[in-house]
Amino acid sequence: MNINNIRKEFPIFDEKIQNNDLVYLDSANSSQKPKVVLDRINDFYSKQFSNVGRSIHYLAVAATNLYENTRTSVQKYINAKDKNEIVFTKGATEALNLVANTLGQAILEPNDEILITELEHHSNYVPWHFLRKSKNIKIKFAEINEDGDIPIENIEKEITDKTKVIAITHLSNVTGAVLPIKEITQLAHSKGIVVVVDGCQGGPHLKLDMQDLGCDFYAISCHKMYGPTGLGVLYGKKKWLEQLPPYQGGGGMINEVKKDRISYGELPNKYEAGTMATAQVIAFDQSIKFLESIGIDNVIKHEKELIEYGQEILKKNNSVKLIGNPKERGGVLSFTVEGVHPHDIATILDETGVAIRAGHHCCQILHDKLGIPASARASLGVYNTKDDLDKLNEGINNCKKIFDL
Amino acid sequence: MNLKELYQEIILEHGKNPRNLRKTENFNKDAKGNNPLCGDNVHVYLKLNDQRKVEDISFEGSGCAISMASASIMTDLIKGKSDNEAKEIIEDFLGMIKENPELKNNILKEDDKTKLMCLSGVKQYPMRVKCATLSWHTLVSAMENDGKEITTEN
Ligand SMILES: Cc1ncc(COP(=O)(O)O)c(C=O)c1O
Repeated sequence: MNINNIRKEFPIFDEKIQNNDLVYLDSANSSQKPKVVLDRINDFYSKQFSNVGRSIHYLAVAATNLYENTRTSVQKYINAKDKNEIVFTKGATEALNLVANTLGQAILEPNDEILITELEHHSNYVPWHFLRKSKNIKIKFAEINEDGDIPIENIEKEITDKTKVIAITHLSNVTGAVLPIKEITQLAHSKGIVVVVDGCQGGPHLKLDMQDLGCDFYAISCHKMYGPTGLGVLYGKKKWLEQLPPYQGGGGMINEVKKDRISYGELPNKYEAGTMATAQVIAFDQSIKFLESIGIDNVIKHEKELIEYGQEILKKNNSVKLIGNPKERGGVLSFTVEGVHPHDIATILDETGVAIRAGHHCCQILHDKLGIPASARASLGVYNTKDDLDKLNEGINNCKKIFDL
Repeated sequence: MNLKELYQEIILEHGKNPRNLRKTENFNKDAKGNNPLCGDNVHVYLKLNDQRKVEDISFEGSGCAISMASASIMTDLIKGKSDNEAKEIIEDFLGMIKENPELKNNILKEDDKTKLMCLSGVKQYPMRVKCATLSWHTLVSAMENDGKEITTEN
């Protein structure tokens, strides 16, 4: 893998950001986009545009085929058994809301328990929280250990005969911990518990193999996977997607509509009501091709080297405290600097073109647990280099200088 | 953009050693504020006496250097003022941060105005304006004592 060639595929790195070269360390938030994806959006709108799945004119049929091609690419990329197990959504957030809502309607009873973890992003907590109100279900939190990991024992401990769903992140967007989804799923399934995975950070950083993981649902955020915004993917096992009720009603998801009865369409239409993010879906095919052209094993190797290097230099920098020390860390380095608030760090780094995120990263439960209101987070993409991490470290030193530490 | 303008000596000093970072005993007005974007929060306590003068004002909370400095300077300047004077200063400050080049009030002494103007550096950093204004909005809520929690997203 040639990092210079990869960087050349991202037009944003040709831009000056406030007169600086861009050091983009915010890919956990959203990744930059390769030119092939941008061109595809433009091409589709300029030369091929039509809505999909409705009209029978030439453009409509061609666009529908392109749209469905992406579904097949995603199916193959994540090793799903059936192309109808792939549902497009507006993002991972909508995918998780879809699952929580429909499982809530179909299988959850009052006092049932949902087990989530202290690492969860708000989008894998709030949708379940809605069921507290509407269904009187209980939410339990598997605790992190001192390394910011969730060992499987901490999951097992919280399981009771009321546990119906385990909803869990694949890779923490704060500690970077990679969770043992396969083992957790085996444990859960041995007790008849449904497993829902928030795969937002798994998508760009890990090999996705639904047959290996075995989970029932997996939510993907396309904009974090070198794809367009406004798009997510929900993988759901066919037996679930067939059995669960529809989520949103509207055009495209129906079979027959009468004044006194409505029947719903087959998968995947059942879950794709209304005009979808057509151009984004079609362009996402290029994101997958982009990832495949590099090879996820190479991505993993490259990012592992960067994470190790980043950990090494930040550990040497006194007054920097890394958050979490997970057994397996992917893509994310969160930290605090003694005496400088994360927001001040982010502003000072920004001045030299180093883009990081500061705040609670939509993980307030975790930050409460860690006893800090906020943290700074440098997160990686396939285009990052050791040089980027050196600039991060220089920026941190600049903070220390400004704050006279 | 200029970091030196944002992180002036006074800001750094107040950020490091915030004044009135405590809870007023026998406070009779208070309000909480938070910034959901970053999780920063502030709780402002106020003791207004019978002559409607701010006998004491204090705050608790955590935040970045800008927000701590802003709350610190605010409490310093508001202490001892009447509630009407306080309101005028607040309005003037918020107006300055939003659009006015200068402070207009005749209540504060020149060197106090200079201190407040140190916070004007945030004007160049739109994402940081909320850090500077959160405690002030919270003070307004405390004075009106409607118990409404302030969030910067409103
Ligand atoms: C772990 C995690 N879950 C969920 C989300 C939300 O994803 P989306 O932006 O696709 O709705 C994010 C992204 O912010 C995330 O990092």
